[in-house]
Amino acid sequence: MFAAVISLTLLGALLGLGLGVAATRFAVEGDPLVDELIALMPGSNCGQCGMAGCAAAAQAIAEGSATVTVCPAGGKALATMLGEKLGISVDLGDIVDDGPKLAVIAEEICIGCCRCLKVCPTDAMIGAPKQIHNVIREACTGCGNCIERCPTGAATLQPVPVTLPHWVWPKPAPALA
Amino acid sequence: MGLIETFLHRFAAPRWGVHPDDHKRPAADAPLRQLPLPERLYLPLQQHVGQPARPIVLPGQKVRKGQLVAEAQGRISAPVHASTSGTVAAIGEITAPHPSGLPFSAITLIPDGNDSAGDIDIVADPFALAPDEIAERVAAAGIVGLGGATFPSAAKLALGKRSKVTTLIVNGGECEPYLSCDDRIMRDHAADVVDGIRLMMHAIGAREALVGIEDNKPEAIAAMRRAAAGFAEVTVRPVPARYPMGSDRQLIQTLTGKEVPSDCRAADVGVIVNNVSTANAVHRALRLGEPLIRRIVTVNGGAVWQPGNLMVPVGALVSDLLDFVGLKSEPARLVMGGPMMGSVLPHAQVPVVKGTAGVLAFNEDDIATPPPSPCIRCGSCTQACPVGLLPLEMAALIRNDRLKDAAVLGLPDCIACGCCAYICPSHLPLVQYFSHAKSELWAQERSTLRMEATRKLAAERAVRLERDAREKAETAARRKAERAAQKAAQAAAEAALSTENAA
Amino acid sequence: MNPSSISLPPVASPHHLTGNSISRIMLTVCAALMPATLFAFWLYGWPAIFLWLVTVLSALAGEALCLRLSERPVAAVLGDGSALLTGWLLAMSLPPWAPWWIGALGGLFATVIAKQVFGGLGCNLFNPAMVARVFLLISFPVPMTAWVAPLPITAATAPGLHDGLMILLNGVPQLDAIASASLLSFAKTELSRGVDLVHALSGAAAPASSLIGARAGSLGETASLLIAAGGALLLITGVIRWHIPAAMAAGLVVPAAIAHAVDPARYLDVATHLLSGGATLGLFFIATDYVTSPNTKAGQLVFGAGCGLLTFIIRTWGGYPEGVAFAVLLMNALTPVIDRYLRPRILGRDWRGAPLNPETERAKS
Repeated sequence: MFAAVISLTLLGALLGLGLGVAATRFAVEGDPLVDELIALMPGSNCGQCGMAGCAAAAQAIAEGSATVTVCPAGGKALATMLGEKLGISVDLGDIVDDGPKLAVIAEEICIGCCRCLKVCPTDAMIGAPKQIHNVIREACTGCGNCIERCPTGAATLQPVPVTLPHWVWPKPAPALA
Repeated sequence: MGLIETFLHRFAAPRWGVHPDDHKRPAADAPLRQLPLPERLYLPLQQHVGQPARPIVLPGQKVRKGQLVAEAQGRISAPVHASTSGTVAAIGEITAPHPSGLPFSAITLIPDGNDSAGDIDIVADPFALAPDEIAERVAAAGIVGLGGATFPSAAKLALGKRSKVTTLIVNGGECEPYLSCDDRIMRDHAADVVDGIRLMMHAIGAREALVGIEDNKPEAIAAMRRAAAGFAEVTVRPVPARYPMGSDRQLIQTLTGKEVPSDCRAADVGVIVNNVSTANAVHRALRLGEPLIRRIVTVNGGAVWQPGNLMVPVGALVSDLLDFVGLKSEPARLVMGGPMMGSVLPHAQVPVVKGTAGVLAFNEDDIATPPPSPCIRCGSCTQACPVGLLPLEMAALIRNDRLKDAAVLGLPDCIACGCCAYICPSHLPLVQYFSHAKSELWAQERSTLRMEATRKLAAERAVRLERDAREKAETAARRKAERAAQKAAQAAAEAALSTENAA
Repeated sequence: MNPSSISLPPVASPHHLTGNSISRIMLTVCAALMPATLFAFWLYGWPAIFLWLVTVLSALAGEALCLRLSERPVAAVLGDGSALLTGWLLAMSLPPWAPWWIGALGGLFATVIAKQVFGGLGCNLFNPAMVARVFLLISFPVPMTAWVAPLPITAATAPGLHDGLMILLNGVPQLDAIASASLLSFAKTELSRGVDLVHALSGAAAPASSLIGARAGSLGETASLLIAAGGALLLITGVIRWHIPAAMAAGLVVPAAIAHAVDPARYLDVATHLLSGGATLGLFFIATDYVTSPNTKAGQLVFGAGCGLLTFIIRTWGGYPEGVAFAVLLMNALTPVIDRYLRPRILGRDWRGAPLNPETERAKS
């Protein structure tokens, strides 16, 4: 009886001590999570998620007020990475991924106003005042900022056609039974 | 084959793989037939691994047979030649022989029927050429691996030379059921194949060549043994008929005992594998000056009236081949390549490419596939996998979208041979799971790279905006200072003037 | 050719499949069980036939009920034969003259609780037949250990059709009159009474009698020879591989042989171990269940050896005379662990998954 009481007390005391030591020894200063998440985000502050920028989105994800699938520009790849970082499973089915889109400028309507140049987060627009603008496809993220600013509707988002090397095999339908 | 050899092979049979009904005969025994020139040929620019070729002809231009119509672009690439003489009608798009049914670029050629060749450049003794020169001629002839991998052969020869390869393995395995084009080429052109093998050995600097032929092709083994009799460096080695014996890593292990490390190429362990049809193409390029413009294609399957092997110009449509052999019924499924690894075709209006070993028209009975049932963990797939993977575990992970975990289990080592899906009693589309996961992972990797580029661009823009703002502020400050100085000077001058006036 | 005959969505290779299927596998196993079952029917007469029917039908009913509730195709899934096999295997492990509710409860428990609750075929962690058997054994120890001596159906004293039905419905009328202990429980009882095995077994049937089933036991433990013949059929048709049976036999035989050599008075001999209880049925039909056993060769060897060893330990030192069911269930629990650590080596990689060294491979010739 006494042996049991004493051994359990000792055990509890030891484990408690261990926990206490670990808590002080391995204490984490501040919250590094948001910074780590910001490092993963595209950083173009395009605003497609509806938040003030990538840092705000990272903050929201860390707080749990936004899901990891919030960033359309990052797509499935970013959602997977964020999910890994946060240690949560990601339902990729949530992402409405109707394929990447790129901005295209209709040259016959463009008036060379330069408004799109100013709002492009990745400097993908080239051109000068009174010159027809164009898009550097490699740099465009398809955020759509230029579409909103274009006064003549020359800038539009066009889906990138799927090509042979970029085709993805569909996932098999689940078994019946 | 001797009795002892037969005995040894029975017991030395590898423990991996499957043994499907081979369905090779009667097609393999039917004599080779020539496909009549079709009305139009479609020469795709991408018939190989690597960069697509760049067209150098214009619509309306007349070309001779064997004339270069698209040149190689980059280090890993292959040129395309006109399969016959005629007129270039267009450079446009045609459906690719690919399950997606997506188009790819091709040159349309209308044959003139003369089949007249241009000037032919042949050397009297190719063995007198320097090894690099042989590789150059192989590159100029547009030869790619004809076993199906379509890796540019010249790049492989150069790699072999660089990596000090001692053994050339010649793949006459042809383990895919239904196919017999390699069998046919070994039976009909054994001497040419052996000559091509010796030319490739010369180009690589290899000491020996091992020709691995599955023991279900006794005629081919006999023909190749006769042709190689005079050459001590070329040895014909029958191997057990077991799918996928024709896969290079499996064949290398069976013939030499060497295991290619998973992150290395065969050349890194001193071995290069080439197909018998590739050897034949090398022979034709160097001895006859003929680039790779035709190949033997097996047309087989339950819906085909007269199955057999056809000599086909590259660019003929699958429908041309099927019209020639005749169909018993509307095919339930068209496949390019073998039944184990071949691609389903969206329709018959797709061109035969350099890597097309077979065109299979299956009827309903051939492809009867019961609906998939749940996995019962029988482990048949694990036993059949020639790479030692756990297909059932990987598929379970992929089903739950855990692609990265599947990659950790060895998904990148999967060769998509189809043994697991073939043997599966639950008829699970395992290969599709793996193809899906591989292509999805590649897509994610691409988008990750793109996002990194985006992040860099955004950072650069931030720096630029900051610099612009700073410069603007500096300019403004300078202007202000200048104006202040001006004002001060003016004030000073006025003051001086007033002092003068006052004085 | 019709150019518009586009096959969508794309079908992946291979375009050529084996004719094998789940139902073919399950029916092969049932066929392998058939000789032993028919012989046992002859040995134990009508009550055994009725009990078998009740068990199999309730296993099928349990499966059908769950499928109906979860809105899955009933006919297609029942047709795969797995519920039939589960019921059959359970029936083989019951006392032949057990009352009907033992079979009914066991059959339902096997498919509903041990299989469908986990998600159905392929998802259960434990062998359903063995879960049900252990459930019955723990809950109803008396009817589950009421063995009868064989009374061939052709014998004059054997119960007829009507009497058989009565036995099924009401249980054995005068149990003591015909009851008989199975060899293992007899040995255990004698040992606990302090009688050593050399004396105790001198009067008992020789192990050879187990070969042809001339002594008390469940349907599946009487004729070891016929069970082994069924096992051989499974091996020849490739339904099972030799690894689990061989390892399980070794795991049982080796410690048994050593122990018996050390002290024959306390430890049973090898033949008794191998031929009595469900050992033969266990090593060919129970432990080899696909779903609940590891799927690599090395894993199967470990699994089999563990089943054999645990059976020996439970029989020798445990509270129950028979241990196959417990041993298999314990090893079932270890299967995920075994599968995790005993993976096959990937071609071109070492056992830890690192790529091989190209230079050592180059040096091979």
